[in-house]
Amino acid sequence: MLKILKYSFFDLMRSRWSYVYFAFYLLLGIVLLFLNNDLSKAVITLMNVIIVLVPLIGTIFGVMYYYNSKEFTELLLAQPLKRSSIFLGQYLGVALSLSMSLILGLGIPFVFYGLFKSNAIWDFSLLLITGTFLTLIFTALAFNIALSNENKIKGFGYAILLWLLLAIIYDGAFLMTLIMFEDYPLDKLSLVGTMLNPIDLSRTLILLKLDISALLGYTGAVFKEFFGTNFGLIISFIMLTVWVILPVLRIVFKSKKKDF
Amino acid sequence: MKHLTVFFIAILMAGNAIAQTIEVCTSCPISTLKSAIEKAKDFDTILVKKGNYKEHGIIVNKPLTIVGKNYPVIDGQSKGEIITITADNVTVDGLFIINVGTSYTEDYAAIRVKNSKNFTIQNLVLEKLFFGIYIEKSRDGKVFHNKIIGDAVEEYNSGNGIQLWHSKNVEIEHNFVQHVRDGIYLEFSTFCTIKNNVSSLNIRYGLHFMFSNDDTYQDNTFENNGAGVAVMFSKRIKMYNNIFKENWGTASYGMLLKEINDAEIIGNIFEDNTIGINIEGSNRITYKHNDFKNNGWAIKVRGACYTNHFFENNFLYNSFDIAYNSKVNDNVFNRNYWSNYTGYDLDKNGVGDVPYRPVKLFSYIVNRTPETIILLRSMFIDIIDFSEKVSPVFTPDNLLDKNPLTKQITW
Repeated sequence: MLKILKYSFFDLMRSRWSYVYFAFYLLLGIVLLFLNNDLSKAVITLMNVIIVLVPLIGTIFGVMYYYNSKEFTELLLAQPLKRSSIFLGQYLGVALSLSMSLILGLGIPFVFYGLFKSNAIWDFSLLLITGTFLTLIFTALAFNIALSNENKIKGFGYAILLWLLLAIIYDGAFLMTLIMFEDYPLDKLSLVGTMLNPIDLSRTLILLKLDISALLGYTGAVFKEFFGTNFGLIISFIMLTVWVILPVLRIVFKSKKKDF
Repeated sequence: MKHLTVFFIAILMAGNAIAQTIEVCTSCPISTLKSAIEKAKDFDTILVKKGNYKEHGIIVNKPLTIVGKNYPVIDGQSKGEIITITADNVTVDGLFIINVGTSYTEDYAAIRVKNSKNFTIQNLVLEKLFFGIYIEKSRDGKVFHNKIIGDAVEEYNSGNGIQLWHSKNVEIEHNFVQHVRDGIYLEFSTFCTIKNNVSSLNIRYGLHFMFSNDDTYQDNTFENNGAGVAVMFSKRIKMYNNIFKENWGTASYGMLLKEINDAEIIGNIFEDNTIGINIEGSNRITYKHNDFKNNGWAIKVRGACYTNHFFENNFLYNSFDIAYNSKVNDNVFNRNYWSNYTGYDLDKNGVGDVPYRPVKLFSYIVNRTPETIILLRSMFIDIIDFSEKVSPVFTPDNLLDKNPLTKQITW
C-alpha cells in the first residue's frame, strides 16, 4: 500500500493541478495577510474559503484522479496485490497531496507574516486541521462516487451534486426545518443536524473560536454545554473522524466486490 | 482671592491647633474605636494602629478624621453594620474592614454614610461583606481608592459594592470592586462622577443606574460581569472612554440601556461581549467614536428607540453589527466604519460609494428562531443575506449608513 501511496503521491506532485492548487492558496494567503493587514478579517475570509472551496476541489480532484488513472489501476489489479491496498494507496495519495498543498500554501505566508508570535495561531491551526479533515472526507466521498459509477460524466455530475447538496442545499433545508418547527425545543435537533454534514461540522468548529460570544447568546442548556466547554470541540473532532472512516470503509468494501 | 487663601490657611492652622490626635491600639488605654469616638471632640483625628479590633455598630456622630495605620482590621464578626457615619465632614482612611453581617431585612454595610456632607472615604479594603460602602441622602463626598472584594454567589443574598441612594455630587474614583452583586449602584443620585474604577466578576452589573440623572462615568473598566453596565430610567448620563469586556452569557450585555434619554456615549470600547449594547426605549442618544470589536451583536435594538445618532464608530468583526426587531427605523447611522462593508470607493475620498446595510436578514431570522444561530457564516445564509441586501423585505429599508467609511477611524 505504501508503495502505491508513494507512487500516487509523487505522480500528483509532478502534476500541474497540484501546483495550481498550491499557488492559489499561496496567493490567497499573501493577498489576505499582506494587503489586508488585519489578522481577524483574514481568518474569517479564510474560513469561508476553506469551507466552500476545499470540499469542492476535494470532490472534483478525487473523481478526476480516479477516472484518469483507471487504466493504471487495471494494470495494478492484474498484479498480485491486495485490492484494498491499491485503492487506499491511491486515495491517500490524492488526499495527502491535496492537504499538503493546502497546508503549505496557506502556511508559508502565515509563517512569513509572523504567525508564531501572534495569538491567532490557534485559530489558524484549527483552520488548517479542519481543512485537512474536509479534504480527507471529500476525497473519500469522491472515490466512492467514482467507484460506483463507470460513466465519467455521471460520476462528475454526482460529485458536483454532492458538493452542492452539502455546501448549500443542506443548510437551506436545515434552516427551513428549524423555522417550521420553531415552536418546539430545537437545540438538540440543531446540533444533530450539524453533526450530519461535515461542512456544517467544520463550520461549527471554527465558529467555536470566532463567534463564541454570539453563540453563547442563545438560551439553552444543551447549547451551553456544547459551546461553553471543550465538549463541543471534542465531539466535533470525533464526528469528523467518523466522517473520514465511514467513506474509507466503503471504499475498501466496494473495491473488494467490484468487477473490473 | 489672595485674602481668601490666607484666611483659609489661618482657619486650617487654627483647626490644627485645637484638634487633637487620639491613638487607638490594642494595648493602649483606648483600645476600641468606639471609645475613641466617644472621647473625641469635633475635628479630632483618631489614629488606629495595626491590630485586630472586633467591633460593630460604630457610630461616627462627630466630624472626625479616622485614619488607620498599616491597615488595622475592623472585624464585624458578621453581627451587623460596622461603621455608620451620621455627621458632616468625616474622613475615613486606611482601614481593613471584614465580616459584615448578612440580613434579609436590613441592608448592613461595611460603611454607611447617612445624611452627611463633605465626607471622604478612601484607601479602605473591604472583604467578606454584604453591602460595602452605602451612601444615603448625603452629598458632596468622595470615595477614592477603595478595594472591595466580596464573595457573592447568589443575587438574593448579596449586596452591592458601592451604593448611592438619594445622594448628590459624590465622586467615586479609582475603586476596585469584585465579586459583589452590583459593583457600583446609583439610585436617585444626581451629579455624581464615577471615574477610573475597575468593576469585574460581579454577579449582576458592574455599574447600575436607576432613576439617576446628570451623572458622568468615564475611564472605567467593566469586565466579566453578569451583565456589564445597566443604565435604566435615567436622563442626561454621560458615558465616556469606558471599557466593556467579556460579558458573556444569555442575558449578558456590555451595556444595557433602558428608558434612557439624552445621553452621550463617546469613546467607549466594547470587546468580546455577547451583546455590546442592548437598547430599549431610549431616545436622543449620541453614539460617537466607540469601538465595537468581536461582539456577538454590536448593538441590539429592541424597540421604541427614536432619534438616536450613531456617528463615527468602528464596527469590527462582530458576528452581527446591528439587530432590529421591527421594520420601523428613526435612528441615523452616518460615517461609521464597518469591517463587513464590501463596497468600493472610486473617488477615493475615504467614503464608500455604496450605502451599507448593517441589519442582515439572518439577524432577523435568529431573532425569530434563536436555534438558527448554528447556521452562522454558512454559505446559504450568505446567499439569502445578499438577496435581502439587494431588495430589503424583512429589514427596515431606510436603515443604512449612506457614508460608510473605508478606513478604520482613529481619534
